[in-house]
Amino acid sequence: MARKVTSRRLMVSTAAAWLFGFLIFLPILWMVLTSFKTELEAFAMPPTFLLFHWTTENYATVQSRSDYVHHALNSIMVAGGSTLIAMLIAVPAAWSMAFAPTKRTKDILLWMLSTKMMPPVGVLVPIYLIYRDFGLLDTRAGLILILCLGNLPIVIWMLFTYFKEIPKDILEAARMDGATIGRELVYVLAPMAVPGLASTLLLNFILAWNEAFWTLNLSTLDAAPLTVFIASYSSPEGLFWAKLSAASTLAIAPIIILGWFTQRQLVRGLTFGAVK
Amino acid sequence: MATQQTQVLGRALLTPAVALLFVWMIVPLAMTIYFSTLHYSLLDPGTESFVGLENFRYFLTDPAFLTSLRNTLVLVGSVLAITILLGTPLALLLDQPVVGRNIVRLMVIAPFFVMPTVSALVWKNLLMHPVSGLFAFFAKLVGATPIDWFTDAPLLAVILIVAWQWLPFATLILLTALQSQDEEQKEAAEMDGAGALSTFIYLTLPHLARPITVVILIETIFLLTVFAEIFVTTGGGPGLQTTNIAFLIYSQALIQFDVGNASAGGLVAVVIANIVAFFLVRIIGRNLEA
Repeated sequence: MARKVTSRRLMVSTAAAWLFGFLIFLPILWMVLTSFKTELEAFAMPPTFLLFHWTTENYATVQSRSDYVHHALNSIMVAGGSTLIAMLIAVPAAWSMAFAPTKRTKDILLWMLSTKMMPPVGVLVPIYLIYRDFGLLDTRAGLILILCLGNLPIVIWMLFTYFKEIPKDILEAARMDGATIGRELVYVLAPMAVPGLASTLLLNFILAWNEAFWTLNLSTLDAAPLTVFIASYSSPEGLFWAKLSAASTLAIAPIIILGWFTQRQLVRGLTFGAVK
Repeated sequence: MATQQTQVLGRALLTPAVALLFVWMIVPLAMTIYFSTLHYSLLDPGTESFVGLENFRYFLTDPAFLTSLRNTLVLVGSVLAITILLGTPLALLLDQPVVGRNIVRLMVIAPFFVMPTVSALVWKNLLMHPVSGLFAFFAKLVGATPIDWFTDAPLLAVILIVAWQWLPFATLILLTALQSQDEEQKEAAEMDGAGALSTFIYLTLPHLARPITVVILIETIFLLTVFAEIFVTTGGGPGLQTTNIAFLIYSQALIQFDVGNASAGGLVAVVIANIVAFFLVRIIGRNLEA
């Protein structure tokens, strides 16, 4: 009897969950399907669902247009560069706060967090003028700098919460055995910190890849990453839906796959440890 | 016990990050404050003059400000309501035993990783297009007249797009919180004869209170400055119907090139965000003690 109820409940919740999941995923699915249609079919009414002439022509077009590759490379360089630099600055800082905390550590952490709360639009004007005067508008270096600064608080916080979980006793033991700080870092800390470092790297790469305030405002062509390239499809005519879909699919596919690996770290990273 | 050596080293390692963030926070903000007191137009360089609080008076009494403030509040409030009212049942559902739960989870989380410009354009063209969009097709299927979203209900259209992007965030955080709920407590309640509904009201809901607060605060911080979705779909229009404060400041700065006025607006945005941030930082700080 009890078993029967459980299996019925399992069926109901399974059906409901799949229905919700499918509805939420539908826009992405629809975009991927459209990317395999011809432009004519992409615009057809009633729409064709699976029985259309599948073509990879849009992908070929998108790939062969040199500008797509150019913007994709920009995305990789800007997101990758800003993440790596942020890590280089954040690892020592997080290490210091987790392993050599002082009375002010908590205040410093909260203050760092509060810099993330500043709305970017509040400093748009000065940043734009500084960038104009220093020739940083529409340069990859300029975007790397601003995304690095914007994400630095999150990087430090994530690393801090990971480092904090490494038991201090192990360090004490290593020190008792005569390990120097250098050896301690390489042989004791590094292996335990690798998972935390990897997920911080991944999540911040994703955030930088998808950033669309500074990239839209500070780059137009030369340094424009995919966010800006896709925005150029916003012209009103509906003639390029299939190509828009193909370009969009290429732009988000790698990130969704990376994102799926980081879902658990996502919560930690974006709630600053308030939800675990 | 931290040795003196580690103390010194610790400070040295912390300094670059603190210095960078300090400069990043202080310099632009000081410049914004300074510009906000000037009559300063990029179209008319060399005519900068001190005007005191004139820009604030102008910005705050501009009808566009009240409209965009209202739009901002509607946008933030609606997206919060949608993501929490849908996210809570969704999280409860995903907390149940479900066949293929991991796949469902992946589908639910995916929208969060889609870049804002892509989700905005896919929704605008492929889904919400009044003639060839998927929604129009569904509407005709049930015999309704398709809605011309971006003409008849532009703000609602933007709200739906943004809510779709943030629903996974709310769901994921609430799900994480649910999974940390004490199972034994729930079982004990069931043994004492508590029904599913009262278990939910008296045990689960209080347990979710804190994560829901966190979701509200964090989403608010980000939703106050929604920009890309408006930029690529409506450009703030028609009229001012989808202009929020962030977009208003952007258009004053980089379309009308009115630096002084945009800076005053920027400071208003900073103040609004800080009110929310104050509560968020307190909650997180309390958690840090534990």
